[in-house]
Amino acid sequence: MKTFALHLLLITLATIFLAPILWLIITACGAGSDDFSQLLHGQPIFRWLLNSIFLASAQTVLVVIFSSMAGFALAKYRFFGKRPLVLVMLVTMLLPPQVLLPGIYELIFHLGWINSYWAIVLPGAVSVFGAFLFRQAMLDVPDELLQCARLDGCGELRLWWEISLPLVRPMVAAFTLLSFLGAWNSFLWPQIVLQDENKFPLTVALNNLSGQSVYQQHPAVLMLATLVGILPVVVLFFALQKDFIGSLKAGAIKG
Amino acid sequence: MSTQPSRDRLWTWQRRWAPGIFLLPFLVLLAFFILYPLTQSLILSFYKTAGPGHRVFVGLENFRYLIGSDLAFDLAVINTTAFTALCLAIEIPLALGLAMLLNSRRLRWRGLFRFAFFASYLVGQVYAAVLFFQIFSEHGLINRGIGFVAGHSTPIPWLRNPNLVLPGILIAALWLTTGYAMIYLLAALQAVDRELYDAAEVDGAGRWESFWHITLPAIRPVLSYLILVGTILGFQLFELPYVLFQGPGPNGRGLTIVMYLFLMGFGTGDLGYASAIGWTLVIILLIVSLAQWRIWKFAVGGEA
Repeated sequence: MKTFALHLLLITLATIFLAPILWLIITACGAGSDDFSQLLHGQPIFRWLLNSIFLASAQTVLVVIFSSMAGFALAKYRFFGKRPLVLVMLVTMLLPPQVLLPGIYELIFHLGWINSYWAIVLPGAVSVFGAFLFRQAMLDVPDELLQCARLDGCGELRLWWEISLPLVRPMVAAFTLLSFLGAWNSFLWPQIVLQDENKFPLTVALNNLSGQSVYQQHPAVLMLATLVGILPVVVLFFALQKDFIGSLKAGAIKG
Repeated sequence: MSTQPSRDRLWTWQRRWAPGIFLLPFLVLLAFFILYPLTQSLILSFYKTAGPGHRVFVGLENFRYLIGSDLAFDLAVINTTAFTALCLAIEIPLALGLAMLLNSRRLRWRGLFRFAFFASYLVGQVYAAVLFFQIFSEHGLINRGIGFVAGHSTPIPWLRNPNLVLPGILIAALWLTTGYAMIYLLAALQAVDRELYDAAEVDGAGRWESFWHITLPAIRPVLSYLILVGTILGFQLFELPYVLFQGPGPNGRGLTIVMYLFLMGFGTGDLGYASAIGWTLVIILLIVSLAQWRIWKFAVGGEA
């Protein structure tokens, strides 16, 4: 009987938590074909989706590569200036990222990158947090293994790419998911630097639509766009789920 | 044989320069897009500006006005602080309760339930805000739910009543983040040796005593982590209210510190004032984190 009550309670709670998603799906399914032809007339929704996919993928690929390279160097080499570098990195990680906005906006303005994807992809390709994550994970790669590989004629680049990266696969998966999640859902910075509607990612475009009363009265289209905005992340999560939950646990126990 | 020395030299050269080459892209991007903008933001905070490139030095005037006489900033600080405190005060016990239910020995389909509570964490704030805009609307999910439970009732104007702004943001925020806290707490609970509970039971310890002496010490590191990160992220609240209310909301009750930074810097165009807001946020976070750390140490030390 206690077991039954436990399951009943959890099913009720889970239903409450999932209710907004169910509501979203039901409302989105209510969209008739004339809703689309009428409301999406001239609205490049597929363009926005492709923009989001491109921006998030480009940032994710670059940030995973660059952070893992930096993490490898920090974990496995001794070099001049390492301690001050780590200190500077720690300080920047403690600051709320929004404090950068005025300074980076001026920089982007003077570079002439307003309304350009460079303004989003390049700043998105650096993550101090990511470098620390990879450093921590790569400390566990045995030095003897790297030394043996060197004696066998393995170059330094391959030590990183072919030996160390596969050994920290769970971290690669987790950081990939976190980076993609962050880039896919980012709103503030794209909203600031992008002006051309055709360049908007889905988040910025959806916010604009959401503010217009036409769409507020016909929520089906908005809900469908929202669903489209959520699905890719869910798919990626399922693909990487095991590693992701595992790395959260590892972090929880260590930290 | 003649290639041998040059090959050796190549290897030494490679080893010597490897860390530099591995670090190069990271360092260049770090310098350009983090360190340089940070110093620029710091410099800008002492200037009055009208868009990029037009600036007049005003010394500490931005900070003096911001802290001394800017009522909108006071409102933003009050709103943001209230949000952060209430959100954590509800989220942590809720997440712990869920985690303890999920950690129960009798439970089946644990993975399924875990995903049900965690799924909303994957939803971005902008998407969540667009979704909750509909959920809070006149014929939205919440008003229908209330109508269903209470019979016929007049729909509550969630998004137009100033007193309902904070509860509205809290509902959406709790939906977004509780599952994340739960995953961490569940992982910590699962790491506890079950035999400890059995032994306590044999010794005649009640549920409350088991919780106080076994569970709480086991999850203490995770709790302190969740509270610290929750505070830092809570003070950065922006997208949720901005998209939900398309601005500061009724009577400015949805105005947050970061929203004010955004409106000042990129609406009004005073990047200097926006920088001052940013650095004031840094100082606020520093004070709050240090205070938390002191209180935490005091609480833990007092108990032991």
